[in-house]
Amino acid sequence: MFDKLTSKFSSAFSSLRSKGRLKSGDIEAIGAEIRAALIESDVALDVVDKFIARIIDRSLEKLEEVNKGINPSQAIFTIVNEELTAILGGNSRRITLAKKPPTVIMLTGLQGAGKTSLAGKLALHLKSAGNTPLLVASDLQRPNAVTQLQVVGASIKVPVFAPEPGNGVGDPVSVAKAGLVFAQEKLYNIVIVDTAGRLGVDQELMNEAIRIRDAVSPDEILFVVDAMVGQDAVRAAEAFQAGVGFDGVVLTKLDGDARGGAALSILEKTGKPILFASTGEKVEDFDLFYPDRMASRILGLGDIQTLAEQAKRSMDSATTSRLEEKFIKGEDFTLTDFLAQLEAMKNMGSMSKMLAMLPGAGAIKKQIENFDDNELVRTQAIVQSMTPIERNDPKVLNGSRRARIAKGSGRQVSEVNNLVDRFSAAQKMMKQMRSGKGMPAGMGLPAGMARMGMPAGMGMPAGMGLPAPSPGRTAPKKKSKSGNPAKRAAEES
Amino acid sequence: MALFSKIFAKFRGGAIAPADWEEFESLLIEADLGAHLTGEIIEISKELARGRSSESGDIEGALLHALREKLSPASRSIPRADERTTSIMIVGVNGTGKTTSVAKLMQYFKSQGASVVVAAADTFRAAAIDQIQTWGDRIGVPVIVGKTEGDPASVAFDGIKRAIGDHADIFIIDTAGRLHTKSGLMDELGKIRRVVEKVSPIDEVLLVVDATTGQNGIAQAKLFAESVAVTGLILTKMDGSAKGGVALAIEATTGIPVKFIGSGEGAGDLQLFEPELYLKGLISE
Repeated sequence: MFDKLTSKFSSAFSSLRSKGRLKSGDIEAIGAEIRAALIESDVALDVVDKFIARIIDRSLEKLEEVNKGINPSQAIFTIVNEELTAILGGNSRRITLAKKPPTVIMLTGLQGAGKTSLAGKLALHLKSAGNTPLLVASDLQRPNAVTQLQVVGASIKVPVFAPEPGNGVGDPVSVAKAGLVFAQEKLYNIVIVDTAGRLGVDQELMNEAIRIRDAVSPDEILFVVDAMVGQDAVRAAEAFQAGVGFDGVVLTKLDGDARGGAALSILEKTGKPILFASTGEKVEDFDLFYPDRMASRILGLGDIQTLAEQAKRSMDSATTSRLEEKFIKGEDFTLTDFLAQLEAMKNMGSMSKMLAMLPGAGAIKKQIENFDDNELVRTQAIVQSMTPIERNDPKVLNGSRRARIAKGSGRQVSEVNNLVDRFSAAQKMMKQMRSGKGMPAGMGLPAGMARMGMPAGMGMPAGMGLPAPSPGRTAPKKKSKSGNPAKRAAEES
Repeated sequence: MALFSKIFAKFRGGAIAPADWEEFESLLIEADLGAHLTGEIIEISKELARGRSSESGDIEGALLHALREKLSPASRSIPRADERTTSIMIVGVNGTGKTTSVAKLMQYFKSQGASVVVAAADTFRAAAIDQIQTWGDRIGVPVIVGKTEGDPASVAFDGIKRAIGDHADIFIIDTAGRLHTKSGLMDELGKIRRVVEKVSPIDEVLLVVDATTGQNGIAQAKLFAESVAVTGLILTKMDGSAKGGVALAIEATTGIPVKFIGSGEGAGDLQLFEPELYLKGLISE
C-alpha cells in the first residue's frame, strides 16, 4: 500500500539527510521531487501544487530555526508528515450513530468500486462492536448483486432484507423504504443500504440514488472508491457530491500496490473524510482509517499501532494474561505457548498484511508479498504432532522422536529440526529480554510491540518462516551437523 | 478545467506562453497519461511548435501523430483457429468488469454466428457464478460451473472438455478478480492455463482494465503479463467521464494492444478498439 510513494519519499529524504545545513534551494528541490512522486501516484494536479506550496512555505519560514537544530532534515520531515496527515483528513472521524435508532448508512459509488463486498465488511465491523445491523439489497441493477449480498450476509450471520430478486426487476427506492420499516419493527439498530454502482455522468441512476436518499434520509452516505482510480476520481467524486451528496469516503482495494493518490485528492476537493479502508478479500479485511497512521505508512514509518490493536483483538485475554504471567515469573516459553500464539496469529489474518505494517517493511516488500500463509499451518502441524512432554521441554526431542513428528505432520525431518532450532533461539532471546539485556540488533519489533501493549512474547521470532532476511532465519546455525539424528540431538542438548 | 481546443487555438496563434505549456501538461495528466508519457508528448509538441509557430500549422494533427506513435504496433484482431476451438481467458483485478465483459464477448461471437461455451472459473466472489449463468441464459450460451470456493482450474478443464465435445468455435474462461500483487493468486492463473492447455491451447488472454484506473493500470498490465502472457486488453467503463488515458500508457510501456472497448451495461455494448476514435477522444473535451 502506497509503497511506491513511500520509496520515493525515502529517496528524496535521504538526499536531504546528507546535507547538514539546508538552503532554500534544497527545500525547492525536495519539493519538486515530492511533486513528481505525487503526480505518479494519481494525486490531482492542483491538489499536488497546493500541498507542495504549503510544505515549501512552511519550511522556508522555519528555515533559520530548522538549521539551528541538530537535525535539519528531520525537521523538514516533520513538516511533511504533518501536512500529509492534514491532507489525509487530520483527525479521524467515526460513524455517528443516530440518537433514535436505526442509524441509516447508504453506500454509493462507481461500478466495481466494491460496494457490495464493503457492505458485508462494514456490517461485520459494526456487529462486532455490539450493534445489530441489517443489510438492505437496493442494488437491483447488476446481475445477481442481490444474491451476492445474501451470500455475504449469510457468511457473517447478518440478516439481508431482499424482497426483490434484482437483475433489473423491482424498485430500489421502495426496497430501501421497506427495509427501514422492517428494521424499525424488528429493532435492528443499523441499516446498511447497498445501492447500484453508477457512473458519475449517468443522470438517471443519480436520480435514483437521490430518491433512495430522500426515502430513507440516511445518517451517513458513504462514497466507496477504488484506491486504484486515476485522475477521474475527482470528477466522479464531484459528480456524486453534487448529485446524491456524501458524508464520508471509504477506500477499497488498498492491499494492492495502488498509491491511492486519487483518494487524497477526493478528500482535499470535497472536504469529506476517509472513514474506513478495506484491504483484502476476506470479510474481516477492514480497518478504520487513521490519517496519522496512514501518513507514517506513506513516509515509511510503519504502522505499529494498528498491528498491536489487531494482535490484542485476536488473542483472547486469558491466553494473554497467562503468557504475561509466565514471562514475569521467569518461566520458560514453551512450544505449548507457541502453539497458542500461532492460533492467535491465524486469527489476525494474513501474515503478509501484518508484516507490511512493520516499520521499514518497504525494504523487504518482495519477501512479505511472497510470504506463504500456509507456513503457519505447517508449523502448527509440526507442533501438534508432538506429545505434551515434548512441547514443554523440546530438549527431549531425540532423533527417533523427530522422525516420528515428521511422519505425523507430513513434513521432512529437516523442517522439524529447523523449527526446533529456531524455537530454542527464540527462547534464548526471550530470556535475554527478561533479564533486560534488550533485543539483539535489528530485532526492534517485539520490544516495540511490548511497549504498545502487546502480550509478551507475541513477537514472531520463533519459527515464523519468513523468508530471509527474517529474524528467524538468522538464528545461529550449529556448525557441527551430524548425519545421525540421534547424535545430532545429543550435540544440541 | 482547461480545454484542449483553447490550447490548440493558442498554438495556432503562435503565442505560446510557459503557462500554456503547464496547462497543456495538466490536461494530459488529467487524462491519466501519467507523468512520464506526458513529459514525452510535451517534448514532442514543443519541437513541433518550434517548427510551426510561424505558420498556422495543424498542431492538432501533429499531436495526434505523436500520440499515434505511442500505440502498440501489435495486431488488434482475435484470430480464430481453423480446425479447433479458439480459447480465450479473461483476467483482471477486482471490479473492472470481467464478468460483464465475458457476457459481451458471448454476445459478440454469437452475433458473428459462432458457437460459444463459457467456464465460470470465478469460484471466489459470492454469486459470481449466478451472475455469469444469468447472462448465459439470457444470451443462450452454455455456462459450465463448479462449486463456489471450488478449484477454478477444474471448472476450466470441464469447460474445455465440453467445448471440444460440442465442437464449439469459441471457449471463454471467466476468472476471479485478483490484485496483481498477490503472487499466490497470480500463480493460480498460470495453473488454470496449464490445465486447459493439456487439452487445447489458449489463444488469447485478455486483461480487463477499468478506464477510470490511474497509473496503477501499468503495474496491473506488467504483472498480469508476467503471469499469463496477456495478448490484449479490454478497456471497460468508457461510457463514463474517464478517457482511459492509462490504456495508451500501458500500450506505450508494455506493447499490449487494446482489442475491445466496453461502454455500457448491455450485452451488445462492446466494440472493437478503434485507435483513431480513441485518440481523438483523449484530446477532446
